[in-house]
Amino acid sequence: MVTPTLGMRGLRRGKPRYSIFSLARHALDYHEGWQRAWRAPEPQPEYDAVIIGGGGHGLATAFYLASLHGIRRVAVVEKSWIGGGNTGRNTTIIRSNYLWDESAAIYEHALKLWEGLSQELNFNLMFSQRGVLTLAHSEHEMKEMSRRVNAIRLNGIDSTVMTPAQIKQLVPIIDISPSLRYPVMGGFFQQRGGTARHDAVAWGYARAADECGVDIIQNCEVTGIRQAKGAVTGVETTRGFIKSAKVGCVTAGHSGIMAAMAGLRLPIESRPLQALVSEPIKPIIDTVVMSNAVHMYISQSDKGELVFGAGTDAYNSYAQRGSLPVIEHLLASAVELYPIVSRLRVMRTWGGIVDTCPDASPIISTTPVKGLYFNCGWGTGGFKATPGSGHVFADLIAQDRPNAIAAPYTLERFTTGSLIDEHGAAGVAH
Amino acid sequence: MSPQSHRVTERGRTDKTRLIPFKFDGRDYVGQAGDTLASALLANGVHLVGRGFKYHRPRGILSAGSEEPNALIQLGQGQRSEPNTRATQIELFEGLVAESQNRWPSLAFDIGEANNLVSRLLPSGFYYKTFMWPASWWEKYEHMIRRAAGLGKAPVGRDPDRYEKHHAHCDVLVVGSGPAGLAAALAAARTGARVILADEQSELGGGLLSNSEATIAGKSTEAWRSDTIAAIEACEAATLLPRTTVTGYYDHNYLTMVERVTDHLANPPAHLPRQRLWKVRAKRVVLATGAIERPLVFRDNDRPGIMLSSAVRTYLQRYGVLSGRRALVFTNNDDAYRTALSLKEAGGVVAAIVDLRIEVSGALLDAARAKGIEVLLGHAVVATKGHKHVRSVSVMALTGAGDGVQGLAREIECDLIAMAGGWNPTVHLLSQSRGKLSWNEDLGAFVPGQSFQAETSAGSCTGALETADCIRQGLKAGMDAARAAGFKGRAPAAPKVEEHSGSGGMRLIWTVPSTRPVGRGGKHFVDFQNDVTAADIRLAAREGYQSVEHLKRYTTTGMGTDQGKTSNVNALAILGDVLSSDIPGVGTTTFRAPFTPSAIGLYAARNVGEFFDPERRTMIDEWHREAGAKFEHVGQWMRAWYYPKPGEAQRQAVDREVKAARDGVGIMDASTLGKIDIQGPDAAEFLNRVYTNAWLKLGIGRCRYGLMLHEDAMVFDDGVTTRLAENHFHMTTTTGGAAGVLDWLEEWRQTEWPEMKVHFTSVTEQWAVVSICGRKSRELLAELCDDIDLSGEAFPFMAMREGTVSGLPARVFRISFTGELSYEINVAARHGLALWRALMAAGEKHAITPYGTEAMHVLRAEKGFIIVGQETDGTVGPDDLGMDWIVSKKKPDFIGRRSLARPDMLKPDRKQLVGLLTDDPNEVLPEGGQIVADLKPAPPMEMLGHITSSYYSPNCGHSIAMALIKGGRARTGEKLFVPLDGKTVSVRVVEPKFFDPEGERANG
Repeated sequence: MVTPTLGMRGLRRGKPRYSIFSLARHALDYHEGWQRAWRAPEPQPEYDAVIIGGGGHGLATAFYLASLHGIRRVAVVEKSWIGGGNTGRNTTIIRSNYLWDESAAIYEHALKLWEGLSQELNFNLMFSQRGVLTLAHSEHEMKEMSRRVNAIRLNGIDSTVMTPAQIKQLVPIIDISPSLRYPVMGGFFQQRGGTARHDAVAWGYARAADECGVDIIQNCEVTGIRQAKGAVTGVETTRGFIKSAKVGCVTAGHSGIMAAMAGLRLPIESRPLQALVSEPIKPIIDTVVMSNAVHMYISQSDKGELVFGAGTDAYNSYAQRGSLPVIEHLLASAVELYPIVSRLRVMRTWGGIVDTCPDASPIISTTPVKGLYFNCGWGTGGFKATPGSGHVFADLIAQDRPNAIAAPYTLERFTTGSLIDEHGAAGVAH
Repeated sequence: MSPQSHRVTERGRTDKTRLIPFKFDGRDYVGQAGDTLASALLANGVHLVGRGFKYHRPRGILSAGSEEPNALIQLGQGQRSEPNTRATQIELFEGLVAESQNRWPSLAFDIGEANNLVSRLLPSGFYYKTFMWPASWWEKYEHMIRRAAGLGKAPVGRDPDRYEKHHAHCDVLVVGSGPAGLAAALAAARTGARVILADEQSELGGGLLSNSEATIAGKSTEAWRSDTIAAIEACEAATLLPRTTVTGYYDHNYLTMVERVTDHLANPPAHLPRQRLWKVRAKRVVLATGAIERPLVFRDNDRPGIMLSSAVRTYLQRYGVLSGRRALVFTNNDDAYRTALSLKEAGGVVAAIVDLRIEVSGALLDAARAKGIEVLLGHAVVATKGHKHVRSVSVMALTGAGDGVQGLAREIECDLIAMAGGWNPTVHLLSQSRGKLSWNEDLGAFVPGQSFQAETSAGSCTGALETADCIRQGLKAGMDAARAAGFKGRAPAAPKVEEHSGSGGMRLIWTVPSTRPVGRGGKHFVDFQNDVTAADIRLAAREGYQSVEHLKRYTTTGMGTDQGKTSNVNALAILGDVLSSDIPGVGTTTFRAPFTPSAIGLYAARNVGEFFDPERRTMIDEWHREAGAKFEHVGQWMRAWYYPKPGEAQRQAVDREVKAARDGVGIMDASTLGKIDIQGPDAAEFLNRVYTNAWLKLGIGRCRYGLMLHEDAMVFDDGVTTRLAENHFHMTTTTGGAAGVLDWLEEWRQTEWPEMKVHFTSVTEQWAVVSICGRKSRELLAELCDDIDLSGEAFPFMAMREGTVSGLPARVFRISFTGELSYEINVAARHGLALWRALMAAGEKHAITPYGTEAMHVLRAEKGFIIVGQETDGTVGPDDLGMDWIVSKKKPDFIGRRSLARPDMLKPDRKQLVGLLTDDPNEVLPEGGQIVADLKPAPPMEMLGHITSSYYSPNCGHSIAMALIKGGRARTGEKLFVPLDGKTVSVRVVEPKFFDPEGERANG
């Protein structure tokens, strides 16, 4: 297993680096001299590895394949534009305070990679460790919290229990009055958690991967997965056949469709998950706050918008839009906990499609088809895992076997029963 | 400047006799009734109302509608303060207080404008390229960025206003009340159809309110407007809603509308909500949403005094305000000539019409020339001057191709530029409804394409430019919609309209050239609110952000509070120019709800505070409160937690209750347990499939404990179910799980086994349940019940008898969750309190003791009984709980059976339920403590499991705990550790049965 370290810069082609100095230099030529952040190459007839899906996870996979595993000829094929799926639709929360050891391992692996990733990719991802606070609103939730905090602590991950008074100090706009329907009884806080600029993650990985020679091919939809003698031989695309003995599929909500092309079925359901932002205002909340009983999560973007996350709709769908009642419930929760948001306004709502496994944990796995790998099922928690997911998936593709972090996430677990049930752990009620 | 210096007395619809005082940035002004804040400011000669988001350049009022990107102000004060409010939509009321925002120290002198000086260092996306060194400083940089960003300020304190929701159904919903909308509503309403006509403005009429030149059916536009409204109002089934914005278009013609009920009132009556969220299900929808004028993208096109041409006309004709004394009109189409003519007629000076087009003809051009207005064809504005207000422009001739300028520059003085870049049909709702957009090359705009829902567009939102076409389309759309909704009738004849008509031609020059290349001098703004320029778009394209979505996200164009209403098409077109692609090739983004930003409190409305989630209380709740009980939340229920006597701490009270429930008689309110009435010939077979044990042979009047598994073989719920008759069962579930269990049963019956004849009814709230428990409970019950033989032989454990208790018809279940002799008495809910009181009175001599949920937890833990949700968390199977005995080995199938055979379920190191004892009998372990075998000085440590339940047991005389531990049963007798924050407790693994292990007491 390759440990998370800085990429092998030696591989890179020496594209001009981003810095205040390059900005100043380019200001002299009125910014007319900037190059493309990533090339727009024609697909080659053959690659050593093809990654289907140009979201954060796919691009990260390609980057680590090229920079850490020395696999030079890598293509990322994206049916639309990179970062346009859940990478560009989530509420950007990053944390690693998970209950189960397996989850803690992969999310903490990711969090360690986040720390320093802007420098690693030479792209400011605005990764901001402003802390993530999770609230408890009943005796039952307090006990659940105690269990989780003890587990997190013994896994060596930072976590602090907070009283309502401490919560009020951290989040002055919250209502901690005991008369609330579900009063704030306590919470736990991960200071190392926070947010990042989601689009920048896709672009940063794309630019860095491109520098390592990865071909990022947008507007190229995979229409078939070709195989022979039980092994993958390449992908059919709207831009022709691309040969490759290794194909990694990272297509989130559409993974079931891709699997069907290879004659496989995945235990995944795809549902709409909605989020919304308010109009931008001056800072009123510095941390990320999540709550289950008063169901919502909230943070404020650097641009000033309040970012609200809702729960999933109850039906399966591929349409990137959700229903109104989910939004109404979310905003009732928002006003309940943060009364001053009432007069602020909803600026934009949207939906993404989350791919959820029965145990609410991802699949990072080989498949019965040799050379075909899947990384999916991240459900509502994928963004925070992006670097870790790409890192271990690249390792899986390169070695053809999972490393210790990825090993629990095989497809076989649905047959053997060794599930990693994170339903209670996600911020979202599934 | 003198008050209302720019008011034209003979124009406009405002009430000249009603003067309205208001404050802006601390200064007193006067407007007129019928003004918006924007029109009132313009009437007072105020253009400077804000600052740009990024460069803090002075900004003025651009538009007269909801598309306004610049004139965002902080409205009101304190708890009613509201940021980012569009001055163009605020109806003026007496005492209105407004402030400019995002400037310091003042609007006139804003330090932030320093950004404009270093703007060359701040192109689109500059922040992705810097602030990375030193790495540890990002949070410091970010702190500054956050303070600089954001627009207005959040209010202080709780919102004092109320919001409401209203549900409505209609046959035809007409969105927009311009000529097309009025015509559509009239045509539809006359058929008797239920019509709702909604318009975001304070008065119905849309564009008619600012069109005084035309005549319709020989009448003035105003006469036609008011006659038509009266005709619609005369139709009984029509509802007219001004001040109502249709904000969202969801599936199945479900739309949301925001009605602003009192925002325009100085003193709102207390009985009215501030705003109302309408949720409308419409059979048909007519979108008559109009069109929004596009700015021209020319150098330094953002100075105060540079306005949309249509807005200049609206301020003049609707509000009687001359936005400038000396106007320059800059256009690529005919419409701006109307503005020039209006200004001229109202006594304004039109310095020139600068028209990008070379070939122009038609009545409008002739009229302008006849009025002596200079028209410069094939010319462009190449520069503007004036810091806080435009002062002059520089005009040059365009090259033939329109990609450059030539000749000598001419300086023209002006204090107003009316710019006209063509019209964008307002297709937002259509896009929200999943309708397709198509590009119309002649109009240079997206128009409605294929509909996806039961909807039609009419009027200028289809690209129609002439009033006559709008009315004709509206009549047809309204008629068609009514017919499609099942109504009959004939459309009114289209009236004759007379107005200046233009040639209709446009010259699309998406970036107006200047003497310097774009980006090399001055700024060509595309998105005024987010300060995105044509150079930014070129930069994004150069760097590969060429998908529309990348462009939007990289430059932030279209991401402001106006959601790009004035900027989107310009941005797309400029990107198309750069990529040498047509606009459909560049693509378009999807519009999202809401059309205009809507208050968060509106969506929440009354569903906060006591109505956030209904609090469920039992019929005996009143007694618990009087007794001073402490309560806990269990699901939606409030349950009595324990009953402290004066001076008693929780532990003392619970110990007392726990002792009494075994030694004497305890009484508990168990009404919250989920209860499902199950009937039908397949009822027994159904239970046989959803529970793990056998149900077919359960005798009538007998009870059985059952465990339900999910498909993954994990425990999901438990409870006792009783056979009341051959085909009739009474199921109980956990309190929190009741709704989920009912859903579960219904899901299996409806989707997997539709052939089964069985029905489920929730009866949780139909029955009040009082549980009496303890050695003396039989004695107590006997005193109140003489029609049931309570002897152990006649009424054994796990049986049910019907009879009367204290004269109340009752079902008495001899079941027990405490391991003690116990009866659960069910009576009709309305008798619950009477039953409780009767038992309390009769039990007085036995020192009957009410006990709460905490004592119940201790009592069952003493026996090692599980609580689903406490000992289980969705990862625990029956064998893990030591409950393999309840899993039938003979039944052909039940939910979860297949998964029980998975290899992982058979592994010896699965987490298993065990008991834990501490060395110190008084040490009560914290629930949630993690357990390790191999204690290390510091984390990480390998965890074996966790403590699920932990209490002090007064009946055992020591603390007890249950835990789920890897390979737990094989560890019986082992010593393990619970490392806590600050200390470590050592524990011994035991069997999880602490009291009466043989279970003799319940059977007694």
